[in-house]
Order: sequence, then C-alpha cells, then structure tokens
Amino acid sequence: MTPDQWIALFAGIVGGALRVGTPFLFVSLGECLTEKSGRINLGLEGVLVLSAMAAFAGAYLGESAWIGVLCGALAGGLLAALHGVLCSLPRVNDVATGIALMLLGTGLAFYLGKPFIQPQAPQIPALELGGWSSSPAVQSALQINMLLPLGLALAVLLWWGFTRTRWGLLVRMAGDSANAARALGYSINGIRILATTVGGMIAGLGGASLTLFYPGSWNEGISSGQGLIAVALVIFARWSPLRCIGAAALFGGAGAIGPALQSVGVGWGYHLFNTVPYVLTLLILVLTCKPGSVAQGSPGELSSR
Amino acid sequence: MRNSLTPVALPVLAIAAALLVFGVMVAFAGVNPLEVWTLLFQGAFGSWFAWQNTLQRAAPLMLTALCVAIPARAGLVIIGGEGALVLGGLACAVVARSVPLPDGMVGSVVVCVAGALAGALWIALAGWLRQFRGINETISSLLLAYIAIGFFKHLVEGPMRDPASLNKPATNSLSEGLRIGGIAGSEVHWGLVLGVVACVVLGIWLRWSASGFAIRVVGGNLRTAQLVGLPASQLVIVACALGGACAGLAGAVEVAAVHTNANASLIAFYGYAGILVSFIARHNPIAIIPVAILFGGFGAAGSLLQRRLGLPDASVLVLQGIAFVFILASEALRDVDWKALRAKLAQLAGPAPQAPAPSPVPEGNTP
Repeated sequence: MTPDQWIALFAGIVGGALRVGTPFLFVSLGECLTEKSGRINLGLEGVLVLSAMAAFAGAYLGESAWIGVLCGALAGGLLAALHGVLCSLPRVNDVATGIALMLLGTGLAFYLGKPFIQPQAPQIPALELGGWSSSPAVQSALQINMLLPLGLALAVLLWWGFTRTRWGLLVRMAGDSANAARALGYSINGIRILATTVGGMIAGLGGASLTLFYPGSWNEGISSGQGLIAVALVIFARWSPLRCIGAAALFGGAGAIGPALQSVGVGWGYHLFNTVPYVLTLLILVLTCKPGSVAQGSPGELSSR
Repeated sequence: MRNSLTPVALPVLAIAAALLVFGVMVAFAGVNPLEVWTLLFQGAFGSWFAWQNTLQRAAPLMLTALCVAIPARAGLVIIGGEGALVLGGLACAVVARSVPLPDGMVGSVVVCVAGALAGALWIALAGWLRQFRGINETISSLLLAYIAIGFFKHLVEGPMRDPASLNKPATNSLSEGLRIGGIAGSEVHWGLVLGVVACVVLGIWLRWSASGFAIRVVGGNLRTAQLVGLPASQLVIVACALGGACAGLAGAVEVAAVHTNANASLIAFYGYAGILVSFIARHNPIAIIPVAILFGGFGAAGSLLQRRLGLPDASVLVLQGIAFVFILASEALRDVDWKALRAKLAQLAGPAPQAPAPSPVPEGNTP
C-alpha cells in the first residue's frame, strides 16, 4: 500500500471511531446509569432501533433534525420505562424482560418505520474539525457528529452526578444495597424505573445519531447489536461513565476496520472484520472476568454479574 | 386443582391479551381487527395449505426453543441459538460439499449430525466460558451468535460460494439424494418429526432420567448440587451442548429440506423466536411442541396479513413482542392468592349482607 492509502486507512479508522463510537457512547452511558441502579437492560437493543426509527420519522415529518433527536430520546425513554415498570412486578426477571423488549422494540420500529425507508430526512449538522488538513480522507474523517460533544458532556455530568450529588448517591445505593435504600425510606422500584427511563432516553440519542448522522438513513439493518454490546462495554468500563468514552472509541474503531479496509480497496474478509468488535468484547470478558469473583466496581444488586 | 390449571391458564390469557392489544394496534392503522384475527387463524390453521406452512415453520422453532429450554433447566439464559442454527446450516453444506457421501438416508443423517455437532460445540463454548471463566452466558452466547453470522457470511460470499449463484451468494446445492423430503408427499418435511422427537425425548430425559434430574438440581439450587457432589460444570456444559445440537440440527434441516444450500435466508430470526417459544412453554420440552406450532402459525399467517390487508411484514414480530411482554408480566399473577384478594375486595365493597355463599369461581378455591 502507498503512504496515501495508509493515511486513508488510518483516517478511516479514526473517523469510524468517532462516527461509529458515538452511538456506542450513548448506549453505554444509558446502560451504565441503568446498571448503577441495580438492573440490567438487555432491551437497549430494542430501545436503540425504535429510537433510531422515531428520530428519523420525527426529523422527516417535523423537517428538523433536532425535533428528530427529541423524538428519539422520548421513544427510547418510553420503551425503557416499560422495562422499568415490568421489572418492578414480582417474579419478573430483568434479563428475560430485556429479551422481550428487544423483540418488541425492533418489531415496533419495523412496523411503524415501513413508510420511512425511502425518503431523506434532514441530518444533524457536522462539526468540521479537519480544515487544517489538505487530505480529503482526513477532512471527511473529522466531520464530527454534533451530538458527540453532548455525549462527552453527559459522561462527565454522570460521573460528577454519581460521585457528588444526592441523586447520584441514591441511584448507587439502590444498585449496591437495596436494603440500605429501603431502610432510609426510599422506593427502590421508583429509583430504578426512573434510572432505567433516563438511561433509555440517553440511549435514544444514540439511536438518533444512527439515523440522523451516520449512516444517516433508516433501514431495518440499522443496528447490528450495538445495544447489546453496550452491556459488555459497561462491564469493560467497570461501570464508570468516564471510562465508557474510551470503551466506545475503541469499539467504534474496531467496527470501522472492515469499511476502512474496503475503502482503500481491500475487500477480502469484509464480514470477518465486521466481527472484530464482538471478538474483542469476548476477549475482554475472558481477560477481565474471573470465575467465582465479582468484577471490580460492579453494583452489588445486579442479578447477573 | 389450582396448581394444575395456572400453568396453562396464564399463558393462554397472556396470548389472548396480546392478540387483543395487537388488534387495537392494527385498528389504528385503519384495519378491522376482526379481519386480522380471522386472517391470522386462516393463515395459520384454516386450510391444509396453511397447516403445511405452519408445520414447516414449527419444526425449526421447536429445535431452537430447545436450545433455550435445556440450558435454562440447568440455570442458564442462552439467547444465541441463532448462531448455532447458522453454523449448523453451514456445517451441513460444507460436509455435503467436501465429503463424498452416499445418497439417501445415511447421507442425510451424516449432514444432520454435522450440523448438530457444530451447534453443540458453539453453545457448549458459551457454557464453558461461564463455568471456567465466569462470563455471563447471556452476553457471550449472543456475541458468539454475531461472530457465527459474520463467519457464515464470509464463507458463503467468499471461499464456499458457488460461482453459479450470481445475485444471491450461496454455497453449492446439496445433491438430490442428500435432501430431506416431505412426509407422504406433502410440503411438511421430516424435520418436523425430528423436532417433535427431540422435544419428547429430551422431555422424558429431563423428567425421568438420573442425569436429567441432576441437571434440574444444578439449575434449581447450585448449592445443593455442590453439597451432594454433582459435577455442576460438566452438567451445565452437557446441557448447553444438547441445546446447541438441537439448534444446529435446525439449521442443517433448514438447509437440507428447505433452502437446499446455505445462503442468507437461513438467518431468519428462528433463533430469537425460539427464545419466546421456550419462555412461554416455561422451558418444558413437551410444552414447546404446541407453542411452536402456534407461533409457526403466526409466522405463516404473517405473509397473508401482508398480502390481503397491506400490513407491514413486521406485524408478526410486533405480535411476538407483545406476547412476550404479556407472558412475562403474567408471571406476577402466578402467586396471587385469589381467594384472599376476593375477600379483601368484598370487604372494601362494604359489609356483605348475605351469608358468605361460595361464589361460582371455576378454579383455584380448593385449599
């Protein structure tokens, strides 16, 4: 390969880390908040797909990308609230509910989203940070989703909230020791429903950046399991919102290897390279999990640790 | 009385409620719900043609549901059946292509065993990762499913591709003699028999064999299992392997009986629908048979809804999702003490003037 191709490849991977990593960041932050309160939401996959559809539909019908973003967050919050309420019923298991919502969310999105497969919706404007370079590959790589700064701010805000505020402490208490929270007279279910709902809204922003920035259109293959990878990402980030940023960038970059190679003319193994994020997740789990012990930083009340 | 009725009554009520909600939903789309319910029934069970379609879909559903049910009895939530199915189909096509096999029964058995082995290894890996590396099996099985699908696409579109398949990449077709035919000249293939036999055999094994009982002990109370010295890890991995073998067999049968080669249509959500079927059947292999037929029927009716009423093809997915939510929510009703609840309601309604006559409630009052 020529040096230009190397630059293009590298820029493609960095650009991918920024573009593909943005939805990863939002879903992992959403999942992080949910898990901090003591529940796992496997249904974030459904939340992501439904909010991606809602965001696209909102932007198309409302003729503004920001209306779309709002619709995405609302749809995500709504579906996640259903998860929160269902899990509060006696004898209802959060993992099984997550699987159900995965099915329901994708089904609803495909059902309601049929009319939106063809048209074009207004997109979230890009921040052009690549003006200093003359290489078009670098320039296109550094077109940044306007939601990305929001996601970064949200990560810092969550980190600050968990450590410094009363609300953050309550969420962590519900997640670490339900009995302690109960003893102080707080409603565990209330806290968890709220945390799950807000987590779903954050994940909904990830759905919005899928359909309104990159890839930038609505189709039924829009998500390839990002919502589920989020669960593994949070384990990898050891339940820290700040570490979610690095994890999301790493996974975005890994997911961009296949397309980046294809763009410089290496078509071999496209599908194999697309499995890199999953292989990476599995490897990380193998390296970080130990049998019979609990991962560091894991909330004490999580059902499947 | 009550203990024997609730396990059946709750799922039936939940599915009825799901159909009701689904009816309300399609009413918003401007379609008459009555028409939808009738079409659902007609498309699923209304004619011999519909029955053939239904049973054809029920066969892989039974097998993928077993991939959830057997590990679930050992205490695991495995949701990666789709990966085992895809690999099973791939193994079937690869073996048929690379090994000279005799036509007829023996050859068909060999390709099916190849598929089952591939699936068994894949899900057993998830069980092994859980037992020996402490990785949550729900997540690992799903990741493994995505890896399997990527691997499948790579081989089907690359090294294993039949050069003659132009628009739709596929492997070489199985030779005529290896394919699995219909039962008595119908469209329903022998995969259905395999599915039913697998459900019955595994059901009997879980219920009445020593090793099946051991697996249920491991799933029910790990501490007890350890105290009586059961080899928990081995049992868990065996359960995973058995479940995976079923899903792999489903893939092999789909290839050998329906698609005749491995191509992307093999990835058809059967693995995920199997999760739903298993949960409704409460992970009971025998109960999987009727539930799989019901949901095979919904799948078969889906295309009819699309053709006749113009509903999106995802309608069935929505119905499945709603049904799943109701099934889970109905679990909360299982422990409700109806007698106490009625007494409380009667108290709230004011002092009942007449003697506490036994009200005509059909079930659940005999203590």
